[in-house]
Amino acid sequence: MTDTAPDHLSGHVTTRIGHNQKDLVEGATGPWEVIIGLEVHAQVTSEAKLFSGAATAFGAEPNTQVSLVDAAMPGMLPVINRECARQAIRTGLGLGAQINLRSVFDRKNYFYPDLPQGYQISQFTQPIVGEGRITVDLPDGESFEVGIERLHLEQDAGKSIHDQHPQKTFIDLNRSGVALMEIVSKPDIRSGEEAAAYLGKLRSILRYLGTCDGDMSQGSMRADVNVSVRRPGEDLGTRAEIKNVNSLRFVRQAVDYEVRRQIELIEDGGEVDQETRLFDANRGETRSMRSKEEAHDYRYFPDPDLLPLEFDQAFVDALAADLPELPDAKKARFIDDYGLSSYDAGVLVAERETAEYFEAVIDPAGAKRDAKLAANWVTAELFGRLNNADKDITESPVAAVQLGGLIDLIADDTISGRIAKDVFAEMFDSGQEAAAIVEEKGLKQITDTGAIESVIDQLIADNPDQADQYRQGNTKVAGWFTGQAMKATQGQANPQMVNQILKDKLGG
Amino acid sequence: MAGTSDLTRLTIADAGAGLAAGDFSARELTQAHLDAMAAARDLNAYSAETPDQALAMADASDARRGQGDAQGPLDGIPLAIKDLFCTEGVLSTAGSHILDGFKPTYESTVTQQLWDAGAVMLGKTNMDEFAMGSANVTSHYGPCLNPWKAASGDAAGKDLVPGGSSGGSASAVAANIALGATGTDTGGSIRQPGSFCGIVGMKPTYGRCSRWGIIAFASSLDQAGPLTRTVRDGALMLGAMAGYDPKDSTSVDIPVPDYAAALTGDIRGLRVGIPAEYRMDGTPPEIEALWQQGRDWLRDAGAEIVDISLPHTKYALPTYYIVAPAEASSNLARYDGVRYGLRVEGEDIIDTYEKTRAAGFGPEVKRRIMIGTYVLSAGYYDAYYLQAQRVRTRIADDFRAAWDKCDVILTPTAPSAAFAIGEKMDDPIAMYLNDIFTVPASMAGLPAISVPAGLSADGLPLGLHLIGPAFAEETMLRAADVLETAAEFEGRQ
Repeated sequence: MTDTAPDHLSGHVTTRIGHNQKDLVEGATGPWEVIIGLEVHAQVTSEAKLFSGAATAFGAEPNTQVSLVDAAMPGMLPVINRECARQAIRTGLGLGAQINLRSVFDRKNYFYPDLPQGYQISQFTQPIVGEGRITVDLPDGESFEVGIERLHLEQDAGKSIHDQHPQKTFIDLNRSGVALMEIVSKPDIRSGEEAAAYLGKLRSILRYLGTCDGDMSQGSMRADVNVSVRRPGEDLGTRAEIKNVNSLRFVRQAVDYEVRRQIELIEDGGEVDQETRLFDANRGETRSMRSKEEAHDYRYFPDPDLLPLEFDQAFVDALAADLPELPDAKKARFIDDYGLSSYDAGVLVAERETAEYFEAVIDPAGAKRDAKLAANWVTAELFGRLNNADKDITESPVAAVQLGGLIDLIADDTISGRIAKDVFAEMFDSGQEAAAIVEEKGLKQITDTGAIESVIDQLIADNPDQADQYRQGNTKVAGWFTGQAMKATQGQANPQMVNQILKDKLGG
Repeated sequence: MAGTSDLTRLTIADAGAGLAAGDFSARELTQAHLDAMAAARDLNAYSAETPDQALAMADASDARRGQGDAQGPLDGIPLAIKDLFCTEGVLSTAGSHILDGFKPTYESTVTQQLWDAGAVMLGKTNMDEFAMGSANVTSHYGPCLNPWKAASGDAAGKDLVPGGSSGGSASAVAANIALGATGTDTGGSIRQPGSFCGIVGMKPTYGRCSRWGIIAFASSLDQAGPLTRTVRDGALMLGAMAGYDPKDSTSVDIPVPDYAAALTGDIRGLRVGIPAEYRMDGTPPEIEALWQQGRDWLRDAGAEIVDISLPHTKYALPTYYIVAPAEASSNLARYDGVRYGLRVEGEDIIDTYEKTRAAGFGPEVKRRIMIGTYVLSAGYYDAYYLQAQRVRTRIADDFRAAWDKCDVILTPTAPSAAFAIGEKMDDPIAMYLNDIFTVPASMAGLPAISVPAGLSADGLPLGLHLIGPAFAEETMLRAADVLETAAEFEGRQ
C-alpha cells in the first residue's frame, strides 16, 4: 500500500483563470465545470534506495533487495542518498520550479504491514521543490498550462501479497525505501483528456531528464487523481481522490467516469463524499475505498534521524547547466530548424527516443536529409508498423540510419515513394538495408527517358480517344494516363518523368 | 599476580598498566570479573552474561599483546554493555519483553569501536525498558539493585535503586563486576545513575558518538557515553567510543582528541558558571551544601566562579517530556510483532499489532507512547510539539549566551541520593523530577558529566554535574578531574 498523503491540494487555488466553454460538461440541469489535480508518484531512477544502500531493480526475488534499514531493524538509521536528491533537483529544474536550498524530511506515522518502520519518511512542510509550471499540448493542437504545487521526496512502502496463503498476507520489502518523487499539480486540469495529457507530458519530461523511467505498468509512475465538479464560477465542489491510476488511458477513463458519477449524484439531490476511490480498469468505473473521515492522523514531525537537506545555489546551477534539451525546447527547435509542423514536432518530441531516432534519420550533421519527408516516414510508416508489432521505437527492426538510407533512395529518384513503402515493409521484416532490397528485387525506378517514352507512345497509340480528350484540355485524363504508365512499369517509372513526357507528347 | 578481588577493583588506567607490564593477563582479569559477576547476581545488573565470548576476546587480547600488537589503553579491559546497544549474535532487548530473543546480525558502531580497541565484553546490562526510567524499575528483567546501602534514614537496610535508565551499567561498575560500562543518556540516563552509584557518568556532546546500532528512544537526544570509576577511565573509554560515523547522519565529523591528555590538573583561570535557576525549591540542604563545596573546591584550584543565568531552565523538564515521548512514539512503532521479537497472534494483523504491543510494552513505555502520540496529533501538534521545539531553541540559546561568561557550568547531578525500590512508583512526575538538573544539557545537546563528590547524611553517594560547551569535552573532563581529586571520594567500602 502506498498511503494517501494528506491534502497537499486542499486550499490550493487553481492558477487557471476563467473557463473554456468547450471544457464544460452538460448535465441534466445545466453545465458543469470539472476541476482536477494530480498527485503523481514517480520512482527516482537511482541504483540505490532513498535512505539505504539496497538495490532498486524491478522484478528481483521477494525480499532480496532489503537492507537492515529497509526492514526497520532496531537501531538502524537512514542516510540520504545524494543521487536521489540530485535527481529531484533536476526534475524540479525540468518543471521550471523553485528549488528549495533547504528542505526537511518528516515522518508520516501509520501502521501497515508493508511499512516496517511504522512511518514513512517524506517531506511535508518543506519540500525540496516548490512551485513550477508546465505547458501541456492536446491532440487538437491546443495547449494549456498546469501549475506545479510542489515536488517532494519520500520512501515507497513494501508490497503486500495476498494470494500466497488462504489466511495470511505475505510481505515483499524490495520496494520498501525506494525513492519516490511526489509531484503535486495545482487543480488546473479540466477534463479527463487534459489529465491524461498532463500525465503524458510529465512522464515525457521525467524521461527526458532520466529521473524516472516512467514505466507505468511496473509501477514506476502512478497517479492519484483528485476530481470535483462545480457550476461555472462557483466555489469548488467536494472532491474524490482516485488512487494509484497506472496508465494514461485509465486516467482519462477514471476521470470521465467520476465526472459523470458526481454530476448525476448532485443532480439527483445527493452530495459527493470526500473519499478515496479505486479505479477498476475491468469495469471502467471508480468505487469507494474508504472515507477520509476514517483516515489516519499521520502525526507528521521532522525526522530526528536526519538533518535538513541543504545545498547551495552553485550546486543547483551546475545541475541546471547540465540538463538535456527538454521536450518544449526540442519541439521549438524542430519547428524552427527543420520547418516541421507544430503537430509533427509535438509527436516526434513526446518521447526522447523518438526525437533521437528522428534526428538520427535526418542526420543534421551529415546527410541533412529532408526533415519533412523523414517526419512523415517516422510518424506514419514506422509508427504504424511498430504499433502493429507491439514494439517501441527502441526495439525498431529498422535502425534510424537504415531509414535514412531508404529516404536517400527516394531523394535521388532511385525508387518512388510508393515502391519505398514496399521496400520499408521488407526492411521491417528482414532488417535488410533498403539498397540491398531494391537491388535484389529489381525495384529501381525507371528513369531512362527512352524506356518511359516508348511506354507512353504505346499508350497513346492504343488509346487515341483518351489522347484526344487530353489534347482538348481534359486534365482528368492526364491522371488516367499516368496511372496506366505506372501500371505498365509495375510502379517503377518515375512519376514526375511520366508526367513530363505525357505533357510533352500530348500537350504540344 | 594480584588477588582476584584486587583485579576487579582496578581502574581501567591501572588495569591497562598492569596488562602492559605483564602483571596479569587479560584472561585473568576477565576471569576475575566473570567470577565476581557470578557472585553478584543478586544485583541483577546483567540481563545477559557472555562468559565464553569474554574469555575468547580476552585470549585474543593476550595473543595480540604477546605479539607486541596491543591496541591501546582498552586492550584486554572487560566492559559491560548496556542492553540498548545491538551486539552481534548476543541478546539485545532494551530491557523490553517485546524484543524477546532478539539477537542482532550486526554490531553497533560504538561497541564495534570498543572491540576494535581490544576491549572485552562481559555481558549486557539491565536497564529501564527502552531507556525510559530513572530507577531501573521498568525493566522486563526485573529491577536492578544499587550496591550501596543507606546507613541510616528511611531507606536504611532497604534495597536501593541504582538510578536509570543505565542502572545495570552503573551498578556493575560500582559493584566491581565491570571495569567500565557503556550507557546511553537521553535526559540523564548516564549521569543520574552515576550519581546514585557513586561513579563517573559522562554524556558526550550530541553527535560525538554514533547512534547506529543503538536501539532508539528519542533520536534527537540519545547519546552513548561511558560509566567508569574515575574521570580518567571515562576519558579513555570515550576516546574509543567517539568518532564520526557515515551511517549516522547526526554524527559530527570532527577529530577525536586524546581526552586523557586533557587531564592536566590545571584549571587556573577556568571560569565556572553557577546558574541561579538551578537553586530550586525543595532541593535538600545537603545537595545545596555539596554544590557549594564543589564551588569551593574549584575556586581553591584556581578557577573563577561566575554567577550565570539560564532563564529557561524551568521549562526544560516539561519540554523534554514532550519531545522525548513524541520521538519515542514513532521510534517504537517498528515493534509490531512482524519481523523480530515477541509476537502475540491475533485475529488479523491489527489484532496482532494490538496484542503484541499490549503484551510486549510495560506501563511506562505505554505511557510515553500515549503522551508522544497525543502531542503529535492534529490539533495538539502546534500547542505541544512545536511549542516544545521553540522552547528547546531558547534553552540552547541560554547556554550559548552563558558561554560568553563561563567555560563550564557546575550544578548538582540529581535532587536526591538513591531511593528505595518501590518509591515513586505510583508518581511518574516525582520520578521524572530525578532528571531536573540533567535534562537542560540534553535538550541543548551539550556534554555533561557527573562526578561522585560526597555522601549524603545517610551515607549514600551524591554527584556533582559539570556541563561544557558543545565538543568541549576536554575542558569539561579537566574540570571533572580536578573536582574528583578534591572530593577524594572513596567509593563503596
